[in-house]
This record gives sequence, C-alpha cells and structure tokens, in this order.
Amino acid sequence: MASYNTRQKTRKIYSWVGRPLLDRKLCHQTYKEISVKIKGCSTQTHIQVGQFVLIEGEDDQNPYVAKLIELFEDDSEPRSRKCARVQWFIRFCEVAPCKQHLLGRKPDAQEIFWYDYPACDDNISIETIIGPVRVVALAPDGVIPMDLKNEKTFFVKLSWNEKKFRPLSPELFAEFDKLQGDIPKGQKPRAKNAESPSWHTAENVVKRIESRHSASKSCQISIHSAMPTARKKLDLGSSGFPRTPDAKISQQTSGASLDSPRKTKRKTTFSETTSHSKRPQSDGIKTSSPALKSPEKTGEVGLFCVDDKKESPEYHRILRTRLPAVKTTEISETNLTPTRGGRRSSEVPCVDLKPEYIKKREAKEPEAQNVAASTSHRIRRKSSLITLSRIRQQLRFLENNKNDQEEKEFLSAAEDSDSSSEDEEPFALAHQRRNPCRTSRNLQPFLAPSVQTPSKTPKKALKPRTPQSVTAKIRSRSLATPEPASVLEEARLRLHVSAVPESLPCREQEFQDIYNFVESKLLDQTGGCMYISGVPGTGKTATVHEVIRCLQQAAQTNDVPPFQYIEVNGMKLTEPHQVYVQILEKLTGQKATATHAAALLAKRFCNRRSSQETTVLLVDELDLLWTHKQDVMYNLFDWPTHKEARLVVLTIANTMDLPERIMMNRVSSRLGLTRMSFQPYTHSQLQQILVSRLKHLKAFEDDAIQLVARKVAALSGDARRCLDICRRATEICEFSHQKQHSPSLVTVAHLMEAVDEMFSSSYITAIKNSSVLEQGFLRAILAEFHRSGLEEATFQQIYSQHVALCRMEGLPYPTMSETMAVCSRLGSCRLLLVEPSRNDLLLRVRLNVSPDDVLYALKEE
Amino acid sequence: MSNRKSKNSNLLHGECISQVQRTLRERFCHQTPHSNLFGVQVQYKHLIELLKRTALHGESNSVLIVGPRGSGKTTLINHSLKELMEIEEVSENVLQVYLNGLLQINDKIALKEITRQLHLENVVGDKVFGSFAENFSFLLEALKKGDRTSSCPVIFILDEFDLFAHHKNQTLLYNLFDISQSAQTPIAVVGLTCRLDILELLEKRVKSRFSHRQIHLMNSFGFPQYVKIFKEQLSLPVEFSDKLFSEKWNENIQSLSEDKSVQDVLLKHFNVSKDLRSLHMLSMVALNRVTVSHPFLTAADLMEAAQLCSMDSKANVVHGLSVLEICLIIAMKHLNDIYEEEPFNFQMVYNEFQKFVQRKAHSVYNFEKPVVMKAFEHLQQLELIKPVERTSVNSQREYQLMKLLLDNTQIMNALQKYPNCPTDVRQWATSSLSWL
Repeated sequence: MASYNTRQKTRKIYSWVGRPLLDRKLCHQTYKEISVKIKGCSTQTHIQVGQFVLIEGEDDQNPYVAKLIELFEDDSEPRSRKCARVQWFIRFCEVAPCKQHLLGRKPDAQEIFWYDYPACDDNISIETIIGPVRVVALAPDGVIPMDLKNEKTFFVKLSWNEKKFRPLSPELFAEFDKLQGDIPKGQKPRAKNAESPSWHTAENVVKRIESRHSASKSCQISIHSAMPTARKKLDLGSSGFPRTPDAKISQQTSGASLDSPRKTKRKTTFSETTSHSKRPQSDGIKTSSPALKSPEKTGEVGLFCVDDKKESPEYHRILRTRLPAVKTTEISETNLTPTRGGRRSSEVPCVDLKPEYIKKREAKEPEAQNVAASTSHRIRRKSSLITLSRIRQQLRFLENNKNDQEEKEFLSAAEDSDSSSEDEEPFALAHQRRNPCRTSRNLQPFLAPSVQTPSKTPKKALKPRTPQSVTAKIRSRSLATPEPASVLEEARLRLHVSAVPESLPCREQEFQDIYNFVESKLLDQTGGCMYISGVPGTGKTATVHEVIRCLQQAAQTNDVPPFQYIEVNGMKLTEPHQVYVQILEKLTGQKATATHAAALLAKRFCNRRSSQETTVLLVDELDLLWTHKQDVMYNLFDWPTHKEARLVVLTIANTMDLPERIMMNRVSSRLGLTRMSFQPYTHSQLQQILVSRLKHLKAFEDDAIQLVARKVAALSGDARRCLDICRRATEICEFSHQKQHSPSLVTVAHLMEAVDEMFSSSYITAIKNSSVLEQGFLRAILAEFHRSGLEEATFQQIYSQHVALCRMEGLPYPTMSETMAVCSRLGSCRLLLVEPSRNDLLLRVRLNVSPDDVLYALKEE
Repeated sequence: MSNRKSKNSNLLHGECISQVQRTLRERFCHQTPHSNLFGVQVQYKHLIELLKRTALHGESNSVLIVGPRGSGKTTLINHSLKELMEIEEVSENVLQVYLNGLLQINDKIALKEITRQLHLENVVGDKVFGSFAENFSFLLEALKKGDRTSSCPVIFILDEFDLFAHHKNQTLLYNLFDISQSAQTPIAVVGLTCRLDILELLEKRVKSRFSHRQIHLMNSFGFPQYVKIFKEQLSLPVEFSDKLFSEKWNENIQSLSEDKSVQDVLLKHFNVSKDLRSLHMLSMVALNRVTVSHPFLTAADLMEAAQLCSMDSKANVVHGLSVLEICLIIAMKHLNDIYEEEPFNFQMVYNEFQKFVQRKAHSVYNFEKPVVMKAFEHLQQLELIKPVERTSVNSQREYQLMKLLLDNTQIMNALQKYPNCPTDVRQWATSSLSWL
C-alpha cells in the first residue's frame, strides 16, 4: 500500500470554483467545486461535491476516506474559512478492536465501510483534504474486481454503525451508481490527480516539508495564549519570511516548514513509521535552507510560536476575542475538528428492532443523517440559541416520527459534546482521531497532560456521551503517602472510621434480614419498601452497603438477576425535590429539572415496559425528604407498588417512629410494615468490633479495649465514637512514649485520658480559668438567684449584688462598663445566656451551667 | 554646630520612635503568625501533629478549637499552618480552604467559596452550573473521587464555626464531616469557635460524624506569666535597626515590669480580663504617649492608660450634662427609690423637680415646662433613659413610661466629679428628704 505522504504537503492553494450559492437559512455561501493548486506547479485538482476524498488523519498510511457533501465558506468567525462537510467512511483498522470480530470474515485491504453514525462530527477544514479517491460500491457478497485493485480505489460493501455491520441500503447503492456513471466526468480530475504532484511528484518539489496539523498544536495554543511574550517572539520569527499575497497559506506552510526539523519525541516515532524516503528530506531541509535552521536554534518556545502561526490566524483571533476562555475553545474546537469519534448516547437506540422498522429506518437513515449532521455543524457555526431552536423546529418537521426524547438527547449531545470530550483521558484519546486540526484544550489544568499523545493505533473506542460531563476532582498529591511505620500507626489506620472492614461483625442478623428482603424482591421481580432506623453510628448504611456488595457479587455469578443500584442521601441534597434529579441522573444519565425529572421517573416506573432489570434504591436520611405536601416521600413509596416498576426502596433514618410521627397516613401506609431497627451496640459488640479491626495487631491492652467499649456503650453505643477514642488514645500513647523509642501498648491510662478529653465538660475548666472579675460576677449571679429565688436576673440586680460582694470583701468594685464587658464575654462563650446587649442595664441573664457546677468550680481554689 | 548636631540626633531619635511604634502596633493589631504563642504548647503540639498526619498520611480528621475571645485560636491555627507549610513535602501537597461564618452566611455562598478556593471554578465556569443543587453535587462528586493515598489533602478552616451550625439542616457540616469519616479525599476540618456548648449545637448525625476532638484554649496562665507576656510583647525584636536604642528600650521595659506600681496596674487589669487582646489595648494606649521628648514608657503612662481603659463610659456622659439634666436624673433616681424600679413618665419627673425647685427657689432657676421637656428628650437621645414600650405616634410624650439606665452608684460617682455642681443639688441627690 502506498503511503500517502500527507505531511509532505506543499503550498496548496485552495480556491472556489464556480459561483457561490447562498444558503439563506444559515447565511453562508456554499460551492459546488473547489480547486486545489499546488504552488510552483501548474496542475490543478478539481474536487466536486459528491466526490470521494482522502482526508488527513493521524495515520498517514491510512488517511481517512470520506465523501464530500457540502463545501462552504464559514464566516461565522472574524476571518472566513473554507470548510467542508463530509460523510465518513471507515477503514477496518479504525473499527474498535473489540468489535472487529463482528465482521465475521477477513476484510479486504481496500475495503471500507460506510460510517453510519450520525453523532460524529463531519465538519472539516478544507486544508485537510489530501485529494480525491475512487470508491466503488459492491454487493455484500461481491468480489473485488481485480482490475481495480490498485491503491486508488476503495470498495464499500457494508455500513458500520458502531454496533454492527449491515449491508448498504438500496438508496445508497443508487447513489453510488450515479456516481459511477459520473466517473467519466469526474475522472478527469482524478486522472489528473493520479499523476498530480500532490503526493507523487511532491518529491520533486524543493521545499518538501513535513507538515502536520498535529495534535501537538493543542498544547501549543494553550502555551501561546498563556505567554504573551511568546507572541512577540513569534512575530520576530515570522517576519523573516516572504509574504505572499495569500498570506494565510504561506504562513501556514512556512510554519509547517519550521515544524519539520523540530524533533519532539512524538515526531521521531512518527518518522520511523513512515517510509525511508522521508529521511533525506528532512536532512535536505537542514542543508538547503539555513534560514530555516536558525529559528530552530531559538529554542522550543520560539518554535512553538512559529509553528503556531500556521494554525491560520483565526485561532489567534479567537483567543483574543472577548468571549470567556471556555467558550472560545469550545467554538474553535468544534469548528475545526471533524471528530468522527462522535458522541454516543449511553443508551443507544435499541438495535433489535422489528424487521419492517429496520427497513423503514434504513430508508430514512441517509436523510436523517444528513439532517443530523447539518444540525450539528450549524450549531457550531452559530452556536447561538436562536439557531438551535430553529434547528429543533426543523428537525421536528423533518422527523415527525422520531420521538421527542431522542431528538432532545441528540441536541443536547451536540451542545455538550465538546465539554464531555475533555474530561477523561480515554475519551479524549478517542476524540483525537480524525482531528486534522486541533485546538487548545486549556480547560482542565488538573488533568493529565497525556491527553495530547495521539493514539498510534486508532482505537475505535468511541466515547459514550456523558451528560454528567464535567467531572472535577481534587488534584492528586505529588507525594506518595508513606506506609504506616509503626504498630500504632497501622492501628490508627485500621481504626479510622473510613477504613472498610472485610465483614461487619455484630450485624449478622440485620445483614441477613436485609439481604433476604432484597434478594427475594430481586428473584420475584417485584418491588417493595423497607424502613431501617437506628441512632447514628450503629452501622445502618454500612450494613446496606455490604448487602448490596454481596448481591452485586451474586449477580455476577448469576445467582440473582442483575440489578441497578442507586443511592441518594437526604443530607446531600439542597432541597427535597432534588432527589428526583439525582435519581434520574444516576438511573439514566439524563439531567432535568426537579419537576421534569419527577415526571420522567413516574413515567419510567409506572408504565408497562418489557424486559428491564430491577432497581434498588437506597434513601439515606429519609427524614430530610419531608416536605409540606410529602409528595417526595409519597412518590418514593408509591413507585414500588407498581408491578412493572421493579423498584426496591431501602430507607434509612434515625428515629424508629418516623413513619408515625411525620408521615401522613397515605405515605406511611405505602411504606408498609417492613421495618428494622438497629439497636445501639452493646459493650461486648463494640469490643468485638474493635478486636476484629485490630486483628493480628497487638496495639491495645485487652483491658483498655474493654474499658472503651463499656464507656461508649454506656454513653451512646456509637461505634464511631469508639473508634475515635481509640484513635486518639494511640496518639496519646505515641506522644508519651516518644522519648523512649520503644513500641508500646495503649494502656487503660491512655484511654482514660482520651475519654476525658472527649467527654469531659469544658465549662468547669473554663470557669476555673476565667479572671477574678468574671468569677466574682458568677458569684454575684448565684447570690442574686439565691436572693430572688428565680433562675433569671437583670444585669442591674447582679451588678448591685456584685458591688455589695466586693464591699464585703474590701475589694475595689468595678465600673459598670467593665462589668458589662465581663458579662458579654461570659455570654459569648455561653457560660451565661444573655439577651442582646441593647437592653443595657435591663438585660436578663441566666446561667447556662448548673449552679452546683459553678459553685464547685469556684470553690476549688 | 552643637545645635545642628542635637537636631540631627533628634531626627534620628524621631525615626527610631516612629519605628518602635510601628513595630509594636503591628504586633498588637495583627494576628501575624510571627508573634509568639503563650502557654499553649500542648495544644499546639496536638494540632500540628493532627494536621501533619492529614498532610502526609492522608488521614482525615476533624477538630474544634474552642476558647473565649482573644484566647489565641486564630493565632494557634495560623502558627500551625505556617509550620506545616514550611515542611517541604507538605507545602506543595496541601490545599487550604478558609471559611468564616460571618462571611459565608449560608451554604450556597460557602460552596461558591470552596469551589473558588479549590480552583475548581475554571472547570465549572458558568457552563454546567447554575443552580445551587448542581454546584453542590459537583463539589461532592469532586471530593468523593479522591482516595486516601492519591488525592491531595484539603484543610478546611471554619472560623466562627458556631455560625455554620445555624445553616439549614447543617448540610455543609454534615458533608464535610461525612467526607472526613469516609474513604474519600482526605480532609481536615478545623473549626474555631468561642462557644463552649458547640457540640450541643450540632445535630445528632452531624455530631456522630464529628470526631469529638476538641482543643481548648482557656488563657490558663497565672499572673507571673502575664507580666512576662507583657514584657515580651513590649520588647523590641533583635533585628531592630538601631541596636543602641532597642537595648535601652528593652532595659526600660524590663525595669518597668519589675516596678511595683506597674505590677499593680497589671494585676488590676489581669483581674478584670485575662484576655491578651485587652493587654494589647492597654499597651497600645500607653505606647501612644511615647514621643521624641518622652522616648521611654513610664509607670505613669501605664497607669493613665489603665484608667482610660477602665473608665465608665456612662459616667463620662453624665459629666457633660447641664445642671437641669442632672436635676432630672436625680429626680428619676428618687422616683426609682420611692416606687422600687417601676417605670416613670415625664410628668412624674417634672413634678418631682418642681417640688425641689419650690423649696430651693433661691438657688435653682425655675425652667419652663417645654424647656424641661427638651432636656428630658435629650436624656432619651443619650440613651440614659429608655422607653419601656416602643414609641408610638399618638401617645402623649409626657406620659410615656420610661426607665433609667443609670445605677445609683453611677449617679453618685458622677455627681462627685461633676464640675460646679450647686451644693443644693448635691444635697438633694444624697437624700430626697433633705429639704425637710
């Protein structure tokens, strides 16, 4: 197979042939034909709409094949640009390796497939067109004619829609036949082209330059935009070159010429794969054009900038426009990337349709595809809401039979396709194929820079459309966490509440009950509700998670039918109705407003549907979903009662009598009586939990564990407390043994200290440490309470009492302002409860501590 | 010649003085992490160890620093963070988020602020975001993505923590504590509050997720340490430019701190309040008296400053009143004595005043009623008297019920210092029956 030396591009001049046809709807001009002229060569290549062309891609052995559908001048940008819309064909090697087996036979070398995938970007820049090519349609079982078996001809037998290979529809055949008929006419340019210098005679051209609208540009632009100084350099660098009237193209190629000597890592690997003839070329450049060598020496930055320049000036324009950065990149990217790695909705329309429907659908397909395709590029061109809505109307008009939802989905796909492409690396890789021109993606400073590496083997792993497109994460740490060094550190790690134990001790019964409940519902393919209550820290959520984990394992081994698991937490919602949004998003990936989501969910759960797996929904902190009308709770408990819903709802809250207390009868009746209550852990259970966590780790004395278990069980039975105390105790132990450097056990004394630290009231120490005047004031309060027999007094009363006390003890009595300051200080740390201070003398004061405590604290000294 | 020399040295001196004032004022007014910590070494150790474990080991933690106002909570956390950031492995490895309950008054604003400080907003922009709910789920998702070993730890500092507990449902606190208790991005939540009952403010499930670590700062130092702090706070640092002057200054401070009268002043101040901020206030007032002609602090300066600090503000107001207004206040005092703190109205006060004037007509001018009314209203404007109910338009002003916001002792003290007080009035003040 010949190598299409796409990068040996010479100065090509693209110009329109014929008069422009104004497309009124989109306000841009379309053309029927374009001529490609190679600088320094008299030959011209004419390419007409409807012809098949080769388009620059990642792999220059196998440029992309496409059919021209439309040529137009894109003037949505400050400087108009020549663009084309194409119908893609796909090579067998571009099909995702995991799906290649679907073909079921060995493909022919020249075989390509009609790419029947409406969601892929079909908008390309004219500059990426390499030249025309011939494509012949054959019957699925047709044999490739020997006489045509040269590199210039491709054969289409089947179409590929990312799911399966299908024979070409009759309409498509007719279209191909028409083109075949046209061949004598169309052959002229092609025949010319066969000897045209575009790639064969290119070797004779003196300035044979390796050009590449490479992936590296993406980074370059971002660098560029980030460095104003770099731009300056760039101007210096480019000023040395002669400027032809057609400045744009000359700059482009001159930039490209500079690109070649630059040997980045990626480049070198690339040139290794290309034919040997290329080696001398680059050498030739080095020797023949010393002028070009100098910029090379200016270093990477300079090269980047010059290289950047060839990315047609509008890039800079774009970057300079007042649009927010995010928007800018979006627009520029959409304009320039003929991404075929389209957006695939997570639920691709069902493939196993009824036969007649297939037929109808296939008949419709080309048209629908065109419409869809044009939609997408129109959106890009205008990227305005008006156009969007207009297109939506148009679409509705054209495809009345298509249901609304699909269409909406598609439109939204077109809208956020680019954002979705940028989040995750694999997606970005997939996105990179069919990207003759790339633009900056400076959106995500956190993401790995490896986005820029082009995939060598074009993966066909097309990115699924992810509506929850932008996912952010906290940047990862630069330094690895050290391994726990001592026994105590290890123990601390295991005692952290977040450490997930292999099994949950002491909750076997509850685990079994929940497991049985969910399993039975799964097996029966019905729905149901369960209410789980218990005080905080008794392992409710952990147990349910464990159940789900076990069930998921069981589902993998086909013990239970597969199910979908969704979790929502009342505390993680801003508002009860948001629960619908979250459920819908987790269920289907759709985004909607709360009311719309509620409607969609109701439709989903209440309508009869055919095969569908059960959904298990965990609602944590149920009490926060309470609304005045209780419609959220009502719906949550109502859906499982529908037979077709197959929804199992597990709800968790703290109070046992929640259904009776806050729910209306109709809500609590739907919740049913499947209730479970988690009792607080007893001391032996807590002990067991600790022991199981510290398995094979001798960090605690046995007595110490028992002590903490008993302490916590007496207080709350909260396992979290227990773990926290133990963790604190290890710290205290470590701290006290720091000097001795000997590994030690956590003793009862350490634990007592930790317990005291956490549970002892701070009021008494606060009173003990307060100033003399503050203590005197507290005493005066007590005296005043004693005098009046009430638990409340005004500031004035206390002040006079205070003055009297001071007189008795012969102390100088404080001024009113000082006493007021003391009062507000004690009020601010809530030893006292005071009214707002605007009441001045009349503000009422109460003690927030028991008088006995105050007396005790004051007596100590 | 000698004149110029002295002028020169004066100029030099002046520069020194202004430098001293600047250095010390900065120390008193700003909570710089450079200032020293006093008596909180144990707490400091605890906190720094905790933060280090989060930063280095990725262990999530939550802690509350509790202490009365001016006890050095912010200084403590600032010190700890400064030391933490000086560790090489940590400085690049930790994100910090500062929130203040007085600024982030609801969860929505707090979320915006967190997003901004974590630099997530350029991902967010206004592209996918709009609603609070989306913002919220986005942030939670972001924090959930991480895990102990690979994510960059985040330290959340919540100043005025108690105010966050008043947010709706305590959603923010719940989620922060929940993250700190689950295997997500490692975070350390440090709350600063002056409320001792902070745990009672937390909802039970929020409370359960909080690790119950509390660091108490209680100003637990005694008087000798207080004097030492005073000395240290007023001493000039070693890196002061004029060595000679700073030596002299420090010597002076040293001798000052041993002075008996200064110690008395400090003890009185210490007895009123142990909080270091009030000590700073005292020192600052004293420092203002330092000039070129008076280059060193003296005991008298401090005594005067202490007097200024402990002055009763209302007594000061009373000093500026006219004799008529004083008379009215005395009349009110008598009414209070007679009717046992029951509210009074203008007419009662006026009658009381008239009785006095009729007895002592030779010494006190009998004012017209509108004049007396005006004086009465002036007292109300000064908030020395306060209406019991809200003023309504249609009620007659003469009969509106009022309460006196001055204590008897305050009145008597003020009267003693009142300049040119007629003897009759003074006598009348001591006893309402003096005219008999």
